[in-house]
Amino acid sequence: MPIQILMPALSPTMEKGNLAKWLKHEGDKVKSGDILAEIETDKATMEFEATDDGTLGKILVQEGTADVAVNTPIAVILSDGESSSDIKASALAAAKAEAPAVSHDAPAAATAAPVIHVAAETDVPEGTEMVIMTVREALRDAMAEEMRSDKDIFVMGEEVAEYQGAYKVTQGLLQEFGAQRVIDTPITEHGFAGLGVGAALAGLKPIVEFMTFNFAMQAMDQIINSAAKTLYMSGGQMGCSIVFRGPNGAAARVAAQHSQDYSSWFSNIPGLTVISPYSAADAKGLLKSAIRYPNPVIFLENEILYGQSFPVPKLDDYTVPIGKAKIARAGDTVTLVSWSMGMSYALKAADELAKEGISAEVIDLRTLRPMDTETVVNSVMKTGRCVVVEEGWQQSGVAAEVAARIMEHAFDYLDAPVGRVSQKDVPMPYAANLEKLTLPSVADVVAAVKAVCYR
Amino acid sequence: MSNSPGLALAGQPGVNDDIGEETRLKLYHSQVVIREAEQRAFDLFLQNLVKGTSHLSLGQEAIAAGFGVAMQKGDLTFATYRGHAHTLARGVPVEKMLGELMQRDNGLMRGKGGSMHLASEEHGVMGSYAIIGAHLPIACGAALRAQYRGDKDVSVCFFGDGTTNIGAFHEALNFAAIWKLPVVFVCENNLYMEYTPISEVTAVEHPAADRASAYGLPRIVIDGNDADVVYREAQKAFAKARAGDGPSLIECMTYRHSGHSRADPAKYRPEGELERWKEKDPIKVYRARLKQFGISDEAVKKIDAEVRKMVDEATEACKAAPEPSTDILFTDVYADGGWAWRN
Repeated sequence: MPIQILMPALSPTMEKGNLAKWLKHEGDKVKSGDILAEIETDKATMEFEATDDGTLGKILVQEGTADVAVNTPIAVILSDGESSSDIKASALAAAKAEAPAVSHDAPAAATAAPVIHVAAETDVPEGTEMVIMTVREALRDAMAEEMRSDKDIFVMGEEVAEYQGAYKVTQGLLQEFGAQRVIDTPITEHGFAGLGVGAALAGLKPIVEFMTFNFAMQAMDQIINSAAKTLYMSGGQMGCSIVFRGPNGAAARVAAQHSQDYSSWFSNIPGLTVISPYSAADAKGLLKSAIRYPNPVIFLENEILYGQSFPVPKLDDYTVPIGKAKIARAGDTVTLVSWSMGMSYALKAADELAKEGISAEVIDLRTLRPMDTETVVNSVMKTGRCVVVEEGWQQSGVAAEVAARIMEHAFDYLDAPVGRVSQKDVPMPYAANLEKLTLPSVADVVAAVKAVCYR
Repeated sequence: MSNSPGLALAGQPGVNDDIGEETRLKLYHSQVVIREAEQRAFDLFLQNLVKGTSHLSLGQEAIAAGFGVAMQKGDLTFATYRGHAHTLARGVPVEKMLGELMQRDNGLMRGKGGSMHLASEEHGVMGSYAIIGAHLPIACGAALRAQYRGDKDVSVCFFGDGTTNIGAFHEALNFAAIWKLPVVFVCENNLYMEYTPISEVTAVEHPAADRASAYGLPRIVIDGNDADVVYREAQKAFAKARAGDGPSLIECMTYRHSGHSRADPAKYRPEGELERWKEKDPIKVYRARLKQFGISDEAVKKIDAEVRKMVDEATEACKAAPEPSTDILFTDVYADGGWAWRN
């Protein structure tokens, strides 16, 4: 039986990749360990080795093909004694097989395309063309657009220039803006965060990328003591217009030190503004607003969302206001509040609940500080019930803050205590099954909604 | 002597005629302003009019004065919590500094920062930072801005010997060296980190200078109690930075006449050490220098009297000033307005 070679998953979050180059040709003998092809992901170009001996019987996906889904059959290897006529049946079987989009152990959230309920921004004219793009591309476009219009803006961080970003968010920026404005730093989070603060205090507008926010803990002193407080300490003399951005929260299979949600940490600090978008449109519009903002902004992205696609208004200058939540889906039975990755659980749960006659209004906070209390409270006054979905830990979390504000402003409207769905109270485990148990799930959200609806 | 490194370092009297009378009088004036203002701050503690913590530079005035006089308008100062001297050396009025210490509405930041966070952007004082090491990378960032825009100013970052053992010191030196930033790092080695001798916790004798080679920089140790020596070294470093030839790291040997902070009587110092260093008191050294170069006692006394009068007037103005207005509590948290609208 010919052996099918499948498009490999080169990282736990990879969903598709480009088949850059075949290094073996049809008819070539192949030994286990031989390099078969080069696969390009959004993070890197990697060589792909054979694991079986035989002859490369047929190439099913030609080199140069983009966006090949993980697990798609890309070639067939024949064992001794087999011929190309054996391939047909095999290829046919492959074509019939339901092409799984993602490797079987990826987290639930990453397995399906996001359910999109993008409410139009008030400033998007009716009939505006929507372009489908990934969150990654939207972030890059936001930086590029702002950098074109203001020469004081520069990007700095580890691997942001030559390597184009560890997660390829800064793709193409070095080529367009040059090495003076797209700056590779040594591995020194405290150092380059402080450098960014100094440049901002002296009048530039830095965008500082943390490869992940886990590493920003090294820079906590610069972010909080230097960036957030200097304006106040100096009696208003020295402002700090800077954006600290990068992926936040759980990725997949990277364990405790690389999987943490810092939403509540940063949103505790007066002087900081904390933004954490879900959709590509919000990522773009809010990052543009953040770069223009005269205050230090923490911009929390999400690795799993980077590769997900959403419609983005095709406008010359699309911005989203800081501090405004969005009603992502209207409803009247219960209010679901979330942000960033949590929105994917909330929106899918809303779909599930609709089937059971529960109409959930889903609010995307988008900005955590300042928090748009009004939008949340108005919704709760209408529904009388609320569940907050937070990917981070529960104690002292953002969900606790939302619940407290609802209690303060809409206590008499509540028909049930506010529910919280959060990460379990443990460091993130590595194994997929344990990791899955740790994170909020759609089922958790559905159950929490039913609890507050007494159903 | 051997237990007090730096005492043996001496300036070069007799070959100082390149500086000139006008600059020498500025150097002297600056040192006297700092001495009188800080001594006044200390007296005001005793009268319970300055209540917060405070870290004095009594005995270290020559470093602030030497750099301050060498700096040009537009050059930027980054100081630590021991920052009164560097703030005054850039021309910030004594009244503004004392008002801040006395938590009055006439203070430099109207009571929002206090002794440890003096800042005056119009004088180029880009803040005093009270977390050890933080302002070294920040000074690099300001220097990066100069390089980015083609500005010719230099960022000058002052810090104590204790700072040399924190990561930020090394991170910042590496940045400055790899990008040839126009930044000058000035280590004021007063021999004690807080209460512990720096030599007991550091792998090398000169905590800053002996690390310079790790960043491709020359080893520079100077007599930090001689304002002429400091002034000359500052000029060299500034010329290098303005020429695009990168950073300097200068270790200035000096001594703190008082304790680490208001609360520290400095009993841990070996007997006689303070007295020996007081022989090298920068103001005493400089008075002798002025005499050596034929500057009259009269000119010196005139400066002393003027400064004393100015500090007296500033003190009275601060005593008469009201407390900070409470309506400023919520301003300056965000650059685009107050805080309350946000929540």
